[in-house]
Amino acid sequence: MSSMAGIKTAETLLNLDHICKGYGSGPKQLMAVKDICLSLKAGEFVSLLGPSGCGKSTLLRIVTGLNTATSGTVQYRGQTLKGVNPYATIVFQTFALYPWLTVEENVEIALKARGVPSTIRQDRARKLIDTIGLDGFESAYPRELSGGMRQKVGFARALAVEPELLCLDEPFSALDVLSAESLRGELMELWLNKSIPTQAILMVTHNIEEAVLMADRIVVMGKDPGRIVSEIQVHLRHPRHRKDTSFQHLVDSVYAAVAGQTRPETESLGTAPGQPGATQRLPRALLNQLAGLVEKLSDEGGRADLYRIGGELSLELDDLLPIVEAGDLLGFLSVQEGDLLLALLGQTYAEASILARKEMLAGRVLRMPVIAWIYESLRRNDNHRLAWEYFLNKLQADFGNRAEDQLDIAISWGRHAELFAYDDDTGELYLE
Amino acid sequence: MKQFYYKPAFPPKPAFTIGDGLILLGLAAILYGGIRLAFDAPLVVSGPEISLSPSALPWYALLSVGRMAIAYFLSLLFSLFYGYAAARNPSARKVLMPVLDVLQSVPILSFLPVVLLSLSAIFPEHIATEISAIVLIFTSQAWNITFSFYQSITTIPSELREASAIFRFSSWLRFRALELPFAAIGLIWNSMMSWSGGWFFLMAAEIFHVGSHDFRLPGLGSYLKTAAAQGNLMAVLAGTGVLILVVVLLDQFIWRPLLAWADKFKIEMVEGDEEPSSWFLDILSRSWLMDFFQRRISPLNEWLDMSFQGKDATDIAPGASLDSKRPAWQIALAVTGLLAIIYGSFMAIALMTTLSLKDWIELGVGLLATLARVFSSLVIAMLWTIPVGVAIGTNRRLASLLQPLVQVVAAIPATALFPMLLLALLRVYGGLNIAAIALMLMGTQWYLLFNVIAGAAAIPQDLRFTTDLLGLSVLDRWRTLIIPGIFPYIITGSITASGGAWNASIVAEYVEFGGKTYATTGIGATIARATGTGNYALLLAGTLVLVISVILINRLFWQRLYRLAEERYRME
Repeated sequence: MSSMAGIKTAETLLNLDHICKGYGSGPKQLMAVKDICLSLKAGEFVSLLGPSGCGKSTLLRIVTGLNTATSGTVQYRGQTLKGVNPYATIVFQTFALYPWLTVEENVEIALKARGVPSTIRQDRARKLIDTIGLDGFESAYPRELSGGMRQKVGFARALAVEPELLCLDEPFSALDVLSAESLRGELMELWLNKSIPTQAILMVTHNIEEAVLMADRIVVMGKDPGRIVSEIQVHLRHPRHRKDTSFQHLVDSVYAAVAGQTRPETESLGTAPGQPGATQRLPRALLNQLAGLVEKLSDEGGRADLYRIGGELSLELDDLLPIVEAGDLLGFLSVQEGDLLLALLGQTYAEASILARKEMLAGRVLRMPVIAWIYESLRRNDNHRLAWEYFLNKLQADFGNRAEDQLDIAISWGRHAELFAYDDDTGELYLE
Repeated sequence: MKQFYYKPAFPPKPAFTIGDGLILLGLAAILYGGIRLAFDAPLVVSGPEISLSPSALPWYALLSVGRMAIAYFLSLLFSLFYGYAAARNPSARKVLMPVLDVLQSVPILSFLPVVLLSLSAIFPEHIATEISAIVLIFTSQAWNITFSFYQSITTIPSELREASAIFRFSSWLRFRALELPFAAIGLIWNSMMSWSGGWFFLMAAEIFHVGSHDFRLPGLGSYLKTAAAQGNLMAVLAGTGVLILVVVLLDQFIWRPLLAWADKFKIEMVEGDEEPSSWFLDILSRSWLMDFFQRRISPLNEWLDMSFQGKDATDIAPGASLDSKRPAWQIALAVTGLLAIIYGSFMAIALMTTLSLKDWIELGVGLLATLARVFSSLVIAMLWTIPVGVAIGTNRRLASLLQPLVQVVAAIPATALFPMLLLALLRVYGGLNIAAIALMLMGTQWYLLFNVIAGAAAIPQDLRFTTDLLGLSVLDRWRTLIIPGIFPYIITGSITASGGAWNASIVAEYVEFGGKTYATTGIGATIARATGTGNYALLLAGTLVLVISVILINRLFWQRLYRLAEERYRME
């Protein structure tokens, strides 16, 4: 059973009530996270899982008080949070160590900030460095250490202040596979043996296996806007093994939950930019990547496990999902219960000649409102050219600070489908 | 070779805004204030005698270094406060950054006459001259240090910031453990730049002689000028030797050790292949002295950290915005400032209306003449620095051979050599004209050379090999690879260089040498003559015309080129 088995009525540490975080204002306000309700009990290890851009890191920063919510309340132990959460610390993705301080000084400075006198500080820092297995490296500078060792220092620093709530912001994603695996094991050992006074862990990740391996509960988030789409309890006994069938099953179902949410809340493709109503965002994928995926699917006989195909193409979830989403939007494939299904259109595409492919692609891509709108605007213009800024300004109404990104994707798609292109010298888009 | 590369800081959009106009009016108002004071300046100013005896040299050198040091510490303090305020307070930033941007492109030397005259109206003559020199050096040093500090503070990686917030650092601890270390390397590099700039201005400020106003300070600059004026070649050589010695000593005992020490503050997580080293630091860090100081300093540090930590341990989240209500005193201050600007600039304009059309024509012609000199010095500098720089930059052996030599030669402030140039050239026809261009050239060519070397060294090896394989002719090779590759570096070098050239015009176009006055057509000459004859309206108009023209040329010409270079030709 999980670590919370022994606790019958665990107290609630953290409670998020209808948290929203928006950027900009007015009707076209961009919601980073919307209407998040979540609570965390003592003894729990909860993982926030979702594709990039779903606002999971933003949520973590709201929990720790590094960022503030636009609306809704954060309560910690029944008290509404104001400023930085004094019970929480973060382990950062990029370690966030001070390069000019030694390992020991990096750990000590967290204690210094809490007003711990210097003699006690040294003792505690040394002990922690021992615990995480970095003894002998006290006087080394971070740049002398490997990535895995740096993150150990990150953990030691966070644990030094004995936080009740330990927040992890993709702590293993910048490490090589082996270091990440061993560090995960060490953290779980400390946590399960209760050798650290931490009461609860909240980990942000986009790695499904990692979440299943470590967490008691997985909170799956979707994007546009960032929201909670499902919660999955993990009842597997520790230590968990990746090869177990029960583990594999759970990974599959979590994969299905995540992939099922590549579609935004609104099902239709939406209206053209500038028109009332939401506009379908273009996923951040290259069309030649999509072509590759479609061919791979065709080779596999038209159906493949999403999780497995990601592994075979060595694509992270964050890289695979946008491609899948693009395929889905263009009607080349669909997702069913964690499986990728090649649609008839996709099959035809895979078998078509290069020329025929271009034509098919042009037709399908033009269904996307952003692309169609750019294409029409260029066609209506007398010399079939319009300034890049013209499109950017209009797109900003719909996409805010993501407008430039959207325009870049649109140009890349338009070029690939030979609909329109961009002239860097004049800064204009023009019809092909 | 990357350590040579100096990149000016520019705001994202090079437009001329209402704010810039307001800042210029403010400058006009300040200049008017200075001129108003200058009305009461003593009519005859005569400085102390400068002794040419070699035994006076150590004392003079010490005085010059002392002035530099005082001005530098003032600049550093100013930079830390100003940069910090601009970085941390968004509403202060809206005022502070545009002001800084204008100030850094103003030719500082053009203020020298006004500063000297106005201060001598308030203080006794030698104190006034002393303060003017320090003010002048300060204004030449402060801006780029401030920009560097501001840029560092605003580019601290967000996770490092968040870490200091989540562990609840006090503002002091955050400054000491995060912000200052992060900014350290930039501060040191820019301090070195500022010192070499400072020498240029000190040499000019120690002796400024127009008409009955003979401002001078005992120091290396005045020694050199006096020696040249008297034709005392031995003294000239001795003075130059001591100056070079001082520059080299400072480099070896202050800047190199500082740089080597500051290497630990770099943010890159990999060990670099070319780490700065210093023999002096090596000796120092092995000595008991360092140990002794460290043991004295660390309890003090501890005490500071802990006492600040108690006070404001509750830091606001970086994302959380401060209450944006403005207190009444801020509004009152802004209104007062605005009124002062309006009054001052109105009076300045009123004063300038007393000028005749002939004066304005003289200013216009002078401006064009100086502009022509600035550009010809730039073109001459390019003609030799581009081939030489490319040769050095693409050849490691040549680079290691020439680098120390070039560094020492470049460290000699051009203004120190100017008297010698005069000695040699004044008898030739059009000599002052040639000497003026030569001074501009000496002050500017090094910036260009260093940048070209850095640019040539940055051209990727693969591209050079590809060009070799294609068998391009020399002309094509330069056209397709070398010129585009070093273009951004030429532009950045030219911007700094032309700034230096404008400054040089003030001291180069009008000189009193060996009891005779030499002048050529130019706005610098007009400013100097106006100072000498006490024509304050002309002095004000000349300074303003020069300042505004240089800012406009920067905005309309250089910054556009710079942006083009950054967008099109950056090899990254």
